[in-house]
Amino acid sequence: MTDIDVQRRSFLKTSLGVAAVTIAPGMLLFDAAHGQPQAAGGKVRWGMLIDTAQCKPGCNDCVTACNRENGLSGGANGQARSPLPNPLPQAGEGANDSLRESHLKPTDPQWIRKIELKDAGSGRELSLPMMCQHCEHPPCVDVCPTGASFKRADGIVLVDKHRCIGCRYCMMACPYKVRSFVHEPLHDQNPDVPRGKGTVESCTLCVHRVDRGQRPACAEACQNKAILFGNLNDPDSEIARKIRTVASTQVRADLGLNTGIRYQGL
Amino acid sequence: MPTNPFNKNEPRYFYGLVAAGMLVVLLGLFAAHMMEEHGHVITGMNNQIVWGLPHVFAIFMIVAASGVLNVASIGSVFGKTAYKARAPLSSLLSIALLAGGLAVLMLDLGRPDRVIVAATNYNTTSVFAWNVLLYSGLFALAALYLWAMMEQRMNRWSKPVGFIVFGWRIILTTGTGLIFAFLVARQAYASALLPPMFIVMSFAWGLAVFHVVQSALYAWNGMTLDPAILKRMKNLLGIFVLGTLYMVAAYHLTNLYFAKQAGFERFILSDGGIYPWMFWGGYVLLGSLLPLLLIFLPNLGKSSASEKTGSAVAASLLVILGSFALLYVFIIGGQAYPLSIFPGYETTSSFGDGQIANYTPSLPELLLGCGGLAIAFLITTIGVRVLNSLPHDIPDRRKQEAG
Amino acid sequence: MKAFLLILLLAAAPSWAASSNAPKPDIGKGGQCVEDPQWMRKNHMHLLKHQRDETVRKGIREEKLSLKNCIECHASSKDDSVIARVDSFCVACHRYEAVNIDCFECHSGMRKSAWLQRNAK
Repeated sequence: MTDIDVQRRSFLKTSLGVAAVTIAPGMLLFDAAHGQPQAAGGKVRWGMLIDTAQCKPGCNDCVTACNRENGLSGGANGQARSPLPNPLPQAGEGANDSLRESHLKPTDPQWIRKIELKDAGSGRELSLPMMCQHCEHPPCVDVCPTGASFKRADGIVLVDKHRCIGCRYCMMACPYKVRSFVHEPLHDQNPDVPRGKGTVESCTLCVHRVDRGQRPACAEACQNKAILFGNLNDPDSEIARKIRTVASTQVRADLGLNTGIRYQGL
Repeated sequence: MPTNPFNKNEPRYFYGLVAAGMLVVLLGLFAAHMMEEHGHVITGMNNQIVWGLPHVFAIFMIVAASGVLNVASIGSVFGKTAYKARAPLSSLLSIALLAGGLAVLMLDLGRPDRVIVAATNYNTTSVFAWNVLLYSGLFALAALYLWAMMEQRMNRWSKPVGFIVFGWRIILTTGTGLIFAFLVARQAYASALLPPMFIVMSFAWGLAVFHVVQSALYAWNGMTLDPAILKRMKNLLGIFVLGTLYMVAAYHLTNLYFAKQAGFERFILSDGGIYPWMFWGGYVLLGSLLPLLLIFLPNLGKSSASEKTGSAVAASLLVILGSFALLYVFIIGGQAYPLSIFPGYETTSSFGDGQIANYTPSLPELLLGCGGLAIAFLITTIGVRVLNSLPHDIPDRRKQEAG
Repeated sequence: MKAFLLILLLAAAPSWAASSNAPKPDIGKGGQCVEDPQWMRKNHMHLLKHQRDETVRKGIREEKLSLKNCIECHASSKDDSVIARVDSFCVACHRYEAVNIDCFECHSGMRKSAWLQRNAK
């Protein structure tokens, strides 16, 4: 090659390099602004750490936030329902007492709920939010006949409403009873959260927010900072560091499901 | 044949039966339409009791469908001649019951319009997905079996097909038991005992249904069942009822031993209100002990052949009643007891944690279930009319010659 | 017989040309972003079916191909919806062709900006 060719070559290489460096940040920002053309990665595993010591009994902020974000709030439209004067065709003792107080029907979906616990032996009381645990080995995924219940590569367990036939087998299989069936026709759904009658649904870890780089609504709403969200697979993330240092457990750890949601203080 | 009023009007009675069957089917379809239009909120099912009365009916029909084929298998596989003559009726009944049970299941789906999705997307780890293949396979095999028995040229294939049918339905009923056995977190299920229990139940319920239908057919046609065959069949039913009792007893006795299961067992067997009533009164007393009495001590105050037949039919009907009671306790009672999510803690929440779930069966559910039974009834009634499935017992020549 | 078939064919031909029956959807803001209209008319269902799996199951959210984005432009300027009226963007042609639209059992047919305004958090 002549000297001129070599010069041309190096000039082209340099200019390409400069161009790439100039354009690259713009492309990254472009991605952030215009959705995520890459698939959910296996390097990420989303999870939450819930500090039950910070969770106040009677506080429902996470539930309210979830209902608002996803258009729930018990009832057809996602608008808060007015208190019922006299409840529920199936009223009786037991399951419906707490329902009546929250003005929810037994058929209303609940993606997250506050559970008040009392240790049967010691009498210690605590409260915590229970939502889909996003297991690594989800029983709901195993039993779904059509594969509608599935686990995304980043660990979020979802229901693909396009495939759900509404057989409710996953609801039978879930050890945490976190799935709900949509018993009534829905109207005016949140465009970010499609949901419809006849399918099963559960906490999506606010996948529409997570994919935008935000936290789930419950984590953001908790004023006591009881819910920590993050990437379990990133050793430097706050959640991974905390799990390494403080004692935390999975609910029903004996089932070997390796849940993505962990609880502190249980 | 003497022209009595029944024989003269027999076609009318037949069409009357078909009309009645179609009416119930229509009611069932109407109920399904209401459920699809308004959602499951019009039923008694909710987020705690997700499978209700329709599933009780459907699982009965599906298990009985598998078991009724047993009658044919005893003929083809185990070589008992008396049963060979009953094989066509048994295959027809199996197809009918399976159709009814599957119709109820499919119409109860949240999205019945998506059955095509279920038929084209298979999750290999799901028992339901296996069942789609197993059940449609049984339809095809039962039809093939029927053909092999009725078409003279195919008669030599009836034994091999009979073997395949036998094996297939053992797998199928195991699958039905596995639906529940795989539910690892529920105290009522998650037991390896369930598949064998379902198989024994299928023998009992299938034979009971077969006997009822056979007796009705004989009565309609003015025939009497050979007492020797009657005795064999009813004794076999008795053995199967005992077998089911054994399985249920083993299941509960084992459960009672585990401290963590004690609450659940107490709920089902004594504290749970309707569930202990149905279990002890419906299944054990009326569905097992009374039929056993009728089967093994039929001479209690009876002498004529028709009375003995009557007591066998009564026993069969009671077994069927008991099966509904058992399934109600198993399916619905199993869901009513709260999940043990935090062992060692008492829990309360807005979603029924720590509390017994309430369930009241609703009219749409009952209509849907009865609609399924009516589908089975229609297929049987029309099938028996159209096909030569009445058991023609070949009289024992040696007995006749002996005089 | 042949004459009869010929008459039948000739009688059927004009209906092909009758543009007076053709649906006139309210195209909202209109415009083209994915493909040209004729391609979209023939293939939008295949595109939707493919893209929904990409988004839901794999998490690939390409904005241009998202349903929300389609609705953003094609929702009527009058009522911000693609399904509210008989001449709405989706309903007009689907009604004409008698093809049931399943999407809006679950998906909102409303422009997201309008929905947010209506349900101000």
